[in-house]
Amino acid sequence: MNIDKDLVAAMATPLVLAILVEGMSYGYAILGRVRELSEGDVQWTDGMLYPLLHRLERMGYIRAEWGRSPEGRRRRNYEITEAGIAQLAEQRKQWAAATRTLGGLWGSNMVVAGA
Amino acid sequence: MSEQLLETQIGAWRAAILRGRAVDATDADELEGHLREQISDLEAAGLSGEEAFLIAVRRLGRVDQITAEFAREHGDRLWKQLAMPRADDGRRRAVITMFSFAVVAAVLAQFARIFAQLPGTSGAWLLRDASLFVLPVLAAYFAVLRRMPWRWVLGLGAVVAALAVAVNLFPLAQGGSTELLVAIHLPVVLWVVVGAAYLGGELRWSARRMDFIRFSGEWAIYYTLIALGGAVLVGLTVAVLTPIAPGSIKEVLNWVVPSGAAGAVVVAAWLVEEKKSVIENLAPVLTAIFTPLFAVMLLVSAVVYTVAGIGRDFDRDLLTVFDVLLLVVLGLVVYGISARESARDAGVMDVIRLVAVAAAILLDALVLVSMFARIGEFGFTANRVAALGLNLVLLANLAVTAWLTARLLAGRALPVRIERWQTGYLPVFAVWVTLVVLVLPPLFGFV
Repeated sequence: MNIDKDLVAAMATPLVLAILVEGMSYGYAILGRVRELSEGDVQWTDGMLYPLLHRLERMGYIRAEWGRSPEGRRRRNYEITEAGIAQLAEQRKQWAAATRTLGGLWGSNMVVAGA
Repeated sequence: MSEQLLETQIGAWRAAILRGRAVDATDADELEGHLREQISDLEAAGLSGEEAFLIAVRRLGRVDQITAEFAREHGDRLWKQLAMPRADDGRRRAVITMFSFAVVAAVLAQFARIFAQLPGTSGAWLLRDASLFVLPVLAAYFAVLRRMPWRWVLGLGAVVAALAVAVNLFPLAQGGSTELLVAIHLPVVLWVVVGAAYLGGELRWSARRMDFIRFSGEWAIYYTLIALGGAVLVGLTVAVLTPIAPGSIKEVLNWVVPSGAAGAVVVAAWLVEEKKSVIENLAPVLTAIFTPLFAVMLLVSAVVYTVAGIGRDFDRDLLTVFDVLLLVVLGLVVYGISARESARDAGVMDVIRLVAVAAAILLDALVLVSMFARIGEFGFTANRVAALGLNLVLLANLAVTAWLTARLLAGRALPVRIERWQTGYLPVFAVWVTLVVLVLPPLFGFV
């Protein structure tokens, strides 16, 4: 199952922030984590992650600094900030409200037949 | 796939990402790091280098989509900013220098204005001498910037002094045409002095002269823009003052307008030098827009004039109109080639330029022939000699330009020939305007 493009776009910010709450990370690893978590359901064009990261940085939700990989490759590491943690909490409330609303209609059995 | 080929492909991909300017070098580093990591992971999974590269690039997304997304996030990068980098010492000194010279020009302009109100002087004096109070300041500014040797400073100072003395010792008749001719041509002569200062004495180099031509075009555009802003300022000042102090408006404008106009001469020059490497030159852009339009206009006019002939009511003003026309065409040619990459082959723009120049020459020749045919009716006056002389000077330039452009299109001359011709011709203009200022008035009895 592929998640709809618009829904992926809506998820992107909380998803990235939530991954960064787990610890400092960088683009390629974040994408790997997304793939792992969604078991491939979230299809993301890799290149699109970077403008998003830069936007979050500009808003002050994350901080970036250049570091090196164990193989000595230059990489840009991202770390969540206080503002980012607050933003994530806010988004989390909204997502909880959204799933609760839909859950009310669909009942506790959220699994769609045939999925 | 060899390691080297992979590197070449990554390099090409990186160049493509950077092309739109929305992605800067650090972003490209980040994306390239991602690409390389993906490639090594895929290779570790058993793919060949080529397969790994293709899949990694595909996963990153299409280059145009990535750059479009970056452009959305970093829109400012697409607008080159005339950013004033943080003021370090050298820069601050440069700004202070510019500002001091602008203030000197402004003060001198006020001095000239007040002097013109003394009994025994006239508004015409101000009109004639105004450029002597402003342009030498600009020349001095460049002399300081370029650390011109004293020998040169004294030389140029002597030229300016000689001009000032001569123009003011001439018993020019009030309201006479030689007075007006001097007022028009003196700023051009002084602009040549500015050019000598701008080039710091390297007058012989064709390429440096071209720099001054470029500077002049950009300076004119910047000055016009500043003047437009100034007009808005003045308009609003008048509007704001009218209800409270209508009596003071004239006095305020007397102080603001001449000082602003004089100071802006230096400020515009500074701006042109500052932004030289930051922003695309504007004059060639305007030229590219207007060359085809003028080509059409000139072609149609040439056809109409040839078919219909020049009417009976042909008068001497027409020659002035054609002087302006030739000047515009020359400007189109000069600024067209000023932005030309000298290595490039002849293109459509050269054809259009040739059409414009040829049509202008044809038109001008028609006017000249009918003028010469009736020279007896007109007789020579200072105005007519000035207009005719400029016309011939321009015509000679454009005729050779047309010839060289035609040879360029035939593949038998290099673009640099046209450039050399134009830069080499500058002294002819300098000599001509100097003649008009210094020789024409005595020749025609200062009337």
